[in-house]
Amino acid sequence: MSGSQALIEALKREGVKVIFGIPGGAIMPVYDVLYDEKDIRHILMRHEQCAAHAADGYARALRGPGVCMATSGPGATNLVTGIANAYMDSSPVVAITGQVATHLIGKDAFQETDIIGITTPITKYNYQVRRVEDIPRIVKEAFYIASTGRPGPVVIDVPRDMQTGIADVDFNVKVSIRGYKPNVEPHPLQVKRAVDILVGSERPVILAGGGVHWSKAYGELLTLAELLMAPVATTFMGKGVIPENHPLALGCVGMHGRVEANKAIMASDAILAVGVRFSDRTTGKVDEFCHDAKIIHIDIDPSEIRKNVPVHLPIVADAKYALKAIIDELIRRGFKREKSDWIRRIEMLKKECEDSEPGGDLTAVNAIKLLRKVLPEKAIVTTEVGQNQMWASLHFRVLKPGTFISSGGLGTMGFGFPAALGAKVAVPDVPVVDIAGDGSFLMTEQDLATSVVEDIPVTVMVLNNSSLGMVAQWQRFFFGRRYSHTDLKGVPDFARLAEAFGARGVRVGSLNELEQVLREAVKSDVTVVIDVPIPKEEDVLPIVPPGRSLKDMIC
Amino acid sequence: MGEYILAALVEHKPGVLHKVSNMFRKRNFNIESITVGACEDGDVARMTITVQGDEAVVEQVVKQLQKLVDVIKVSRLEPSKSVVRELALVKVYTADSKAKSDVVNYATIFRGRIVDVSKDSMIIEVTGSPSKIDAFVELVKPYGIKEFARTGVVAMSRGLKSLKVEE
Repeated sequence: MSGSQALIEALKREGVKVIFGIPGGAIMPVYDVLYDEKDIRHILMRHEQCAAHAADGYARALRGPGVCMATSGPGATNLVTGIANAYMDSSPVVAITGQVATHLIGKDAFQETDIIGITTPITKYNYQVRRVEDIPRIVKEAFYIASTGRPGPVVIDVPRDMQTGIADVDFNVKVSIRGYKPNVEPHPLQVKRAVDILVGSERPVILAGGGVHWSKAYGELLTLAELLMAPVATTFMGKGVIPENHPLALGCVGMHGRVEANKAIMASDAILAVGVRFSDRTTGKVDEFCHDAKIIHIDIDPSEIRKNVPVHLPIVADAKYALKAIIDELIRRGFKREKSDWIRRIEMLKKECEDSEPGGDLTAVNAIKLLRKVLPEKAIVTTEVGQNQMWASLHFRVLKPGTFISSGGLGTMGFGFPAALGAKVAVPDVPVVDIAGDGSFLMTEQDLATSVVEDIPVTVMVLNNSSLGMVAQWQRFFFGRRYSHTDLKGVPDFARLAEAFGARGVRVGSLNELEQVLREAVKSDVTVVIDVPIPKEEDVLPIVPPGRSLKDMIC
Repeated sequence: MGEYILAALVEHKPGVLHKVSNMFRKRNFNIESITVGACEDGDVARMTITVQGDEAVVEQVVKQLQKLVDVIKVSRLEPSKSVVRELALVKVYTADSKAKSDVVNYATIFRGRIVDVSKDSMIIEVTGSPSKIDAFVELVKPYGIKEFARTGVVAMSRGLKSLKVEE
């Protein structure tokens, strides 16, 4: 069997159904095998960055591994942004890259790039195949590493002679990596101590992050919140771990967090942080983050404990197991909190901050609220990065856990659209909408071709202020309105651009029109790009100025 | 700020040193010295890493090392409870006879070995703690150091306690 055949067979044994990729010289033998492949759908992207983002979107929609493929050199380097994005948000993307033949490595051969060197700091692990017979083991390990513990991207670099080489390959391999043994079960004593803190607290808040998504601990989170009568704030990555219309849901905390969430967490006396990494965007000025609260930090990655904030009690475990253990201990102690003064205070806060119904002018906030009204609960929403993303974070209420996909850590403009394609491939029977900005969408819009040709219909709602809006907002707030290079001058015409790709493009002029177009778009069998002109100076509010405490929120 | 010594058992295969040193660079940790050598079973190598930092930094360094897939085990070595050694080769300019006899004397005091002698120079091999090597270098500096190479430290905890890969 050839290395290429072994690779595809090994992928199939890992349950791979879809590969997002682009062929090129150094990966052609693998593509030759894919030519006859019936069990794996290969989706031809138009840019490798989109292949990586689509694999990431696929991975997040299914909470399992997603696969992308590219050739050596520029193919591989084009994946890099997507890999870095997956790394920052702990997404199990397996990226397969072609490489020049082993005898050419190090000779600066045509389309040679040291992708192992380049991706070392942005992958959980990476491999370069050196023997054809290692391929089954490497693939098995790659998927194991990518999808267990704290998930993350893994690169498999396959030199061309490893693709064409023939060997006896054995697929009966077992994974045994002595340096990689994630701890899943919480330490029982730490669980008891956590329960002591939680039971003794008067103003507990649960702060849930992306780890809850990856661990699929939605049920446990809800049960625990209700037992403790603890409101649930989320980090941006944790958005939608709890239905955001739940009475205990506070929304996101942080720089563009919701007022009720920031106020509640700053007033808390105990924080149960689960699957979060206390990023600077979440904590604001870290020295002033929740002084009065005892912090319990659950994370499967021990290096996250005390990386950014001091914690009173660490629990290194999978979120689902840890939350379950805490619930069991509470039940064992017969603890169930009734509605407390704290909850009444939270209810008041929430009431004060309640969103109004969409209506009136065509603004970004109204458009996003309207989108929620139009979409079914199970619909998946992705976002680009910038104002569009923060408006979505603030005003798009996620009703079904896991249906909100966005680039958190890396903040990659251009992520939302290819991620939407990946999500739609993963879950074809639900509408998928990318909440986009005009700046971001133009970074990856060429994959409209993919959506049309590969029949992956999604909706792109472009909130168009003809600006790099978030930068422009910061210029407005912090740089004396000096709009240095943020005006996009109304180019392109997004509706016509979409039509040129064979998608549908519409420019709307009012909320009513938007509603009508959205209702059609989510049922459309071709991708629809909706150009939504919004006021140029519509701001994302509230905002915590960079480097300041969450208390210094500007509303 | 202090100096901490870490020992790590790692997979003995290509690219592992890169992955470890890359992590230090990316996390903004300072390596004072790093040494690597194969262990008695050929598929494991031992790294000895000296880092500068405070307690919190070193805790992070240890965790970030443990997070690397190719790192099997990490241990912090207490300097007071460990044997810490470094080897240095010092080539000293010894053209006149006084310099020759002085340098030979210093070498003897430091239990160094003279491993090369030419008409105008000597190479002295000194082994010991890093501070002992520093002290030797200070003494022979006035004669003119032509070349200097030191290995970086290797270290091991005293007594039966040991860093081994569990079977």
